[in-house]
Amino acid sequence: MNHRLIARLDIKGPDLVKGIHLEGLRALGSPRAFARHYYEAGIDELFYQDIVASLYQRHSLHDVIRATVADTFIPLTVGGGLRSIDDIRAVLRAGADKVALNTAAVANPDLVRQASRVFGSSTIVVAIEAIRQPDGRYLASTDCGREMTNREVVAWAWEVEALGAGEILLTSVDREGTGQGFDVALTAAVSQAVSIPVIAHGGAGSAAHVAEVLTAGHADAVAVASVLHYSALPTLGAAARGAVTGNQEFLDQGAKHSRFSGHTVASIKSSLRERGIPCRPMAVTV
Amino acid sequence: MPADGGDGVKVSPTIAIVDCGMGNLFSVEAACRHVGLDARVTDDPSLVRGADGVVLPGVGAFGEAMQRLGQSGLDVAVSDVVAGGRPFLAVCLGLQLLFESSEEFGASSGLGILAGQVVKFPTEADGVRLKVPAVGWLQAERVPRTGETSWNVHPFTGLSAAEYFYFVHSFYVKPSDLSNVATRTTYSGITYVSSLMHRNIFACQFHPERSGAAGLQIYRNFADSLRSLDD
Repeated sequence: MNHRLIARLDIKGPDLVKGIHLEGLRALGSPRAFARHYYEAGIDELFYQDIVASLYQRHSLHDVIRATVADTFIPLTVGGGLRSIDDIRAVLRAGADKVALNTAAVANPDLVRQASRVFGSSTIVVAIEAIRQPDGRYLASTDCGREMTNREVVAWAWEVEALGAGEILLTSVDREGTGQGFDVALTAAVSQAVSIPVIAHGGAGSAAHVAEVLTAGHADAVAVASVLHYSALPTLGAAARGAVTGNQEFLDQGAKHSRFSGHTVASIKSSLRERGIPCRPMAVTV
Repeated sequence: MPADGGDGVKVSPTIAIVDCGMGNLFSVEAACRHVGLDARVTDDPSLVRGADGVVLPGVGAFGEAMQRLGQSGLDVAVSDVVAGGRPFLAVCLGLQLLFESSEEFGASSGLGILAGQVVKFPTEADGVRLKVPAVGWLQAERVPRTGETSWNVHPFTGLSAAEYFYFVHSFYVKPSDLSNVATRTTYSGITYVSSLMHRNIFACQFHPERSGAAGLQIYRNFADSLRSLDD
């Protein structure tokens, strides 16, 4: 299979935001503008995470989903605050192709079984937010890394596969937003333990990081955020700003983030192809 | 089916997107609208019969989808529309539903419009474990002597002989009549039929509505075929 490069957009209210370790959010602009930009650049999938939905138990993302689906014709997965079959149905009706469950799946694993029966396994992604413990074990967390569980990550991955999940989105909370590279050992342990695709997330700072987690980490796909967002910002300019309502300090300071600069969908994909890692080439616009 | 509203204004062809009650039909609707089709999702057999063109989409489970089609009379409507000869597009589970039976969740009967079976990907191929569902972008390789189509504009007009499309599936079709095969795709060493053409039917395992510009081109060819009927 060609490895998928997925753009992850963390969304708070109307804004695309980005944090570190899933916290310390800064507003970057309009999620629609970024999504359309990545679509045109040849990204393979989009992933929207409503980053505060679990916290406030709200569903504000439907309008953003509807608008996105009208002008981006690639798969869209939506996560954040989905607690019931009805919540999932509403997001799918708004235009999402797949949903990601984390907090609700941990609280009620049977939701994964029910949802995969009703909507098909391929519609249900379980997001696992892993935090490395001092003793070396990885435990799953919920609510964007704020709440720890006693669930050991590989055992939880087996369980969600058995319950009918179609994919696993595996986040290393320790690496998320740092640009220091994926947790390759974590990814390899989970991806080799299950027979469903595993999407590695958390830590991408370069094309070499992406290549490493696809080869040594045995990931089937990767989700990246900062490494694309900070390079897209200057390209998008005013369009990216949209109607930002969140923490704008970063944008006002000139919006540069040297650690993440210089990467695009095209540069990452061509780097993968040069290394012999199969991925879909740049889309040609018809 | 008038393409002309009577006052010289061209009216968009109408599309019925058959609602099996599951999954994302909005993306099919968005793709239809993008190419100028007047599409709506419906579970009303009379609207399906009355539409200029019909899309049978599908995400979800085979048995559950067949049950829903049967309860609402949509199964008969779909068979009637196919027999009627107007351009018909089936996507993913929609392709599978056209066949005689599936081994998904025990044996289930399909619409039986095309001869053959729906089978599950094996758990391994050549000693390598297969990740299932197969999720991602794969090439659909055109078969040289391909099936006949009654579409006035060929479904693959404007596309290369090995275009990338987005797939997400655990089952694939094994048609009895290989002369209908339009493309083949290989996933982890397993080569299977990824689209076929049979008279007015174009049926694909991939999701053209989620396959970027290449997929939209198929919808455009569908739209142009419908428009040409009214010229």
